[in-house]
Amino acid sequence: MDNEKLSLPQYDIPQDIQNAVTVTTLDRLYNWGRRSSVWPLMFGLACCAIEMIVAQTARFDMARFGMEVMRPTPRQADMMIVAGTVTKKMLPPIVRLYNQMPEPKYVVAMGACASSGGPFKEGYNVVAGIDKFLPVDVYIPGCPPTPQALIHGMIKLQEKIDRQSIGKVRWYRKGPDSVEVPIPILGPDLIDPRRNPEIKDAAAATSRAATQEGASHGDNASSH
Amino acid sequence: MATTLPHTETTQPSTLDLGARFPGVVSADTRPSFKGWIVPKENLIEVATVIRDEFGYDLLSNVTGVDYFPENKMEVVYHAYKTTGGPGLEFKVQVPREDPVEVPSLINLWPGVDFQEREAWDLLGIKFTGHPDLRRILMWEGYEGHPLRKDWKEPFHEEDFKPFKSRWPDGQFYYAEEKNPYQDNLKFPQDFDPEQWIPEGDALLYGSLARYTLPQEDGLGTDRIVLNMGPQHPSTHGVFRAALTVEGETIVGLKPVIGYLHRNHEKIGERNTYIQNMPFTDRLDYFNSMANNFGYALAVEKLMNIPVAERADYIRVIMAELTRVQNHLVFIGNLLNDLGAMYTPALYAFEERELVLDIFEAVSGARMMCNYFRFGGVVRDVPDDVMQKIKDLVYERLPAKTEEMDRFLTENEILVSRLKGVHVIDSETAVRYSMTGPVLRATGVPYDIRRADPYSIYDRFEFDVVTRTNGDLYDNYLIRLDEIWQSLRILQQAIKQIPQGPINSQKPQYQVRVPAGEAYGRVESPKGELGFYVISNGKPNPWRYHVRAPSFVNITPLEQICLGKKIADFVALFGVIDVVMGELDR
Repeated sequence: MDNEKLSLPQYDIPQDIQNAVTVTTLDRLYNWGRRSSVWPLMFGLACCAIEMIVAQTARFDMARFGMEVMRPTPRQADMMIVAGTVTKKMLPPIVRLYNQMPEPKYVVAMGACASSGGPFKEGYNVVAGIDKFLPVDVYIPGCPPTPQALIHGMIKLQEKIDRQSIGKVRWYRKGPDSVEVPIPILGPDLIDPRRNPEIKDAAAATSRAATQEGASHGDNASSH
Repeated sequence: MATTLPHTETTQPSTLDLGARFPGVVSADTRPSFKGWIVPKENLIEVATVIRDEFGYDLLSNVTGVDYFPENKMEVVYHAYKTTGGPGLEFKVQVPREDPVEVPSLINLWPGVDFQEREAWDLLGIKFTGHPDLRRILMWEGYEGHPLRKDWKEPFHEEDFKPFKSRWPDGQFYYAEEKNPYQDNLKFPQDFDPEQWIPEGDALLYGSLARYTLPQEDGLGTDRIVLNMGPQHPSTHGVFRAALTVEGETIVGLKPVIGYLHRNHEKIGERNTYIQNMPFTDRLDYFNSMANNFGYALAVEKLMNIPVAERADYIRVIMAELTRVQNHLVFIGNLLNDLGAMYTPALYAFEERELVLDIFEAVSGARMMCNYFRFGGVVRDVPDDVMQKIKDLVYERLPAKTEEMDRFLTENEILVSRLKGVHVIDSETAVRYSMTGPVLRATGVPYDIRRADPYSIYDRFEFDVVTRTNGDLYDNYLIRLDEIWQSLRILQQAIKQIPQGPINSQKPQYQVRVPAGEAYGRVESPKGELGFYVISNGKPNPWRYHVRAPSFVNITPLEQICLGKKIADFVALFGVIDVVMGELDR
């Protein structure tokens, strides 16, 4: 039977206990609990963080979705809203925070910068999108997204949570509890440890190209 | 068409004296449309001492490094001002562009140059001899190259100037990743092997803190530990990090670590066309995009020497003052947050801020990133119904709510006991550290650029430059309330006086023509002096574009402010400086 039908079983409940008894599936109950208390990590990077704060205030009131409890420690947070430009210097702390969050955990890329680098993409210190390092669940466009857009993104995340099944989710299966992302290293530029061989090869290739170019220049000079 | 002329800085007699005071040593900058004096680097400290002590320019506001790559020289530009008001004095040092580029540090005369010199070292590789702690500040130690040098190209470099040929006029584009050998925003030295790299980490940072961690010889030795606050910390207003050495709860050493939001504003700005920079300035101090627009527009208008339409001038003042009101309200809310009164005062503040943002959205189309100013005016007129909304706000809602804030908080026992008597900084130190804005005025120095060196039409309004005398946290809180009242006064006058008429003295254009020269435009942003230093070489893009951010300069004395205080007070002391990371790191 598919999940949708399981979640809405058509049992006849006797009239006199209808107020006290309801029939549902474990998935539905479990997801209802989780979707209604998604605690974000209190963590803002740039301009988007201000709109994130505004979404928590009286006019927009994200508490309606159970998302008002901002947790300053990653150990208590369910969701990381990457609100702003991710810089190379800031990336190692962000990855470390993500690794410290317990499962189930979700990542929301809020705004153009966190999704792709945005207006600052060409900058030398800017990571072109947090999804190069962390698995992103919801992208929210805008620069910055309005609080309404953020709330829309949150509702999309809730829909995503609704579709998860307790039997299939990663964190109840065998194997490590959570997948750790290797923490990037600040070198002459940002070093992603997962790409070490690739970087070494490309650096060697650029140096070969440079020496060849230098050599050909040298030939020209000598021939003239 | 009724217009006001831009304020052109006339050469004052006192600035003429510098050449006469040092005949044969100091020469005037004779490039067309350039001002100031060129000082040989051997005499810099001597001349700077005279400028400070004899001429009375006690506030060294801005230090800018400039790379004149084609002429093979580098220049450091200093802007000095008097806290008593009046135009500034600009002096420059030129050095050959060969490593090492060395300029004597002015840190013993004006300790406020500390971070600005470190920034010039970090981004341009200008070595300031005599600087005691010349570490990189925005990038990390070990980063390859000095990014703002004109011959340094970033990994995603496409062309030197915008608009790029690939995008205009045919609209072809490619992904920057495709052309980079690492398929990412990366650039490594030749034959680099990541496995062999030993990260320097924070060795230098902790080294500079080490003098505080020395074991005590006498008495009962206690351990001093290094405590890192941030970059992810609820009270640091973003991604600020402070490395503190503490003994018990007392702070005995502190080094701010910044750059976690360094978005390469200046490098991108030097590639953009002039008008393309306007939306980028929004993202500097993202609480006050209108004030940022204002400073940049002033600088470029000075360069272009164009007037501003009169109605636009009034609109600018209205928007800038509304910005100040909402900034100070949110400041108070956040300060209470920092003190532990979580959320409630901040919720009240944000409620009013929303109403101001509604106005911004109505006139510009965006709540936060307004992109509203243009060279010569503003981009859209204020419709009548929005003007009515502004009137309602200024005459009724905001005064009532400010009064309410005052009533709820000012006499509050907890607030008073947390704030009163916690000294921030005294006036003399604040001036030497180049502090500006409310923090400086709370120490008793009546220095407000709107009065000291009036720009736009601020000379037409009656308002007081409010000061407080104690310079403690409580004064810093009160002065924000005072300034809200003064802003409301200005707003009421501006609303009464605003004329009808065109909103821009220029035709709307995609590309503005900016003659060669230099200009420094500065405004009193809610956080302090916000300056834009722009050098044009007559091309469509600025040759040098430097932002003198108040947040950045104001945290220079953070260590002096916090020494001997408790950790709990650090949060409040950092809070009253009112920094925004977008502006601090740029």
